[in-house]
Amino acid sequence: MVERRPYLTFLSHAFLVLGVAVVAFPIYVTVIAMTHGPQALLQVPIPLLPGDQLWNNLNEVLFVGRSTSGTPPTWLMMVNSLVMAIGITVGKIVISILSAFAIVYFRFPFRMLFFWMIFITLMLPVEVRILPTFEVVAGLNLLNSYTGLILPLIASATATFLFRQVFMTIPDELMEAARIDGASAMRFLVDVVVPMSRTNIAALFVILFIFGWNQYLWPLLVTTESDFYTVVMGIQRMLRVGESVPEWNIIMTTTFLAMIPPVVVVIAMQGLFVKGLIDAEK
Amino acid sequence: MEKRVYFRARLFPYLLVAPQIIVTLVFFIWPAAQALKLSVMRENPFGGNTRFVGMQNFERLFNDPIYLDSFQTTILFSVATTFSGLIIALLLALAADRIIKGATGYRTFLIWPYAVAPAVAGALWVFLFDPTIGIITYAMALFGYDWNHKLNGNEAMTLVVIAATWKQISYNFLFFVAGLQAIPRSLLEAAAIDGAGPLRRFWTVTFPLLSPTTFFLLVVNVVYAFFDTFGIIDAVTKGGPAGATNILVYKVYSDGFVGLDLGGSAAQSVILMAIVIGLTVVQFRFIERKVSY
Repeated sequence: MVERRPYLTFLSHAFLVLGVAVVAFPIYVTVIAMTHGPQALLQVPIPLLPGDQLWNNLNEVLFVGRSTSGTPPTWLMMVNSLVMAIGITVGKIVISILSAFAIVYFRFPFRMLFFWMIFITLMLPVEVRILPTFEVVAGLNLLNSYTGLILPLIASATATFLFRQVFMTIPDELMEAARIDGASAMRFLVDVVVPMSRTNIAALFVILFIFGWNQYLWPLLVTTESDFYTVVMGIQRMLRVGESVPEWNIIMTTTFLAMIPPVVVVIAMQGLFVKGLIDAEK
Repeated sequence: MEKRVYFRARLFPYLLVAPQIIVTLVFFIWPAAQALKLSVMRENPFGGNTRFVGMQNFERLFNDPIYLDSFQTTILFSVATTFSGLIIALLLALAADRIIKGATGYRTFLIWPYAVAPAVAGALWVFLFDPTIGIITYAMALFGYDWNHKLNGNEAMTLVVIAATWKQISYNFLFFVAGLQAIPRSLLEAAAIDGAGPLRRFWTVTFPLLSPTTFFLLVVNVVYAFFDTFGIIDAVTKGGPAGATNILVYKVYSDGFVGLDLGGSAAQSVILMAIVIGLTVVQFRFIERKVSY
């Protein structure tokens, strides 16, 4: 602070409190909606204080599928989301470490060509090539499978660049020492390079987990069997019930459950999350 | 920057890059090439064969008032989302930068919407603004305003902008806070000694020094509004009512999967690719590593 201006400090606090309140308001209403039965949420205005239906709602959402929207029990959708998120995260990190290691520590024909091919993926988000990508996946018989959910999303230019930069900062002497000691390239990767990049890996893990968990368009395209629905797309299915009234208590409970894993990860690993965000944009 | 020493091996590096390159080829480059190819073809509606039609699909698109509308909608949506997100986040960051006690506490409560999926954010806000039971709809009715985003296009646009902004504030906030912390205190102190008040200090010192961060965020936010808001649109409005929120990304999806117009959808994909490439070039050419964290 440059100077004392009590009124400005007060104003700052007031504005931040207001900001936090506005940001949190939708969650408050969601939590309230979770504790009421379907009837209470048809009144106008809906109640703004908690009711007593929380366990009923949780029980029904987690363990009973919905016939109106054709979604399976939410525990299954959460498991699908988790498998997809972890698969994408681990896949991206592993193949990016391998390719960055090759590009930094080896000289081989077409090295730069590969580098640019990976770079180009940055310019081709799934949204702009929806139909042809869908056809490739359909042609490979990967619809309605975990492989189909995960594999097309694991190429990562951002992660490859990040690891390339990290590897560049590892002193050359370490590699020379490893070579003199007779270590193979693979051994050097596993025993020196990976341990030295572990903070970056952890930070990236946080960001990619959120990215994977929140995938929406892709699961919407490749899953037609409800057994492979992820929870984020399940909510969309519940909102689309045509002419009948949406089951708000069920929808909002599912919404809340869908938010928990990524939000907990962000809040519990705030330091790594911030580092990951900034790393990923460099 | 290159390493001075390398491992010597002939085949091994190819094995290392193979997984990434195969995934890239199969799921990125091949589909993109298909989109390019389809965009200059037209499928014969009576038979399976396709023929080369040159730029016709593009001409058709740019003469299609629905497509031009969608372009306009996208620009309106991204400008509104980008500016509201940047301004609110900047104000919050300035407030957080000013106070010393409790800044991390506020940060914790402001950053979590980043973790919420766009479609989930859409569901949260659609519940608040539901025309029959939404609590905000109810509050507006008390003031005599009759809200129904299912019928009114402007209201639908407002709602998706609110949901998209809400989700993006945390990201912008974090980068603005980092940018503000990088500004040397001595400059602000010198300005204060010379008699510059807080507002003047902001415009003459803080804002210019923050401009790399702002410019970077501008690009990131435009990309976000163009491509990452698909889930919000799909959950909240499905592009409606009457195309009022039918942004380009949503239109590619609905034309391709619902309308099954392959050539037209591919041409739209190609235009979107050109936009992403343009934005990426801007990001890499003009931002480089000048952003100070």
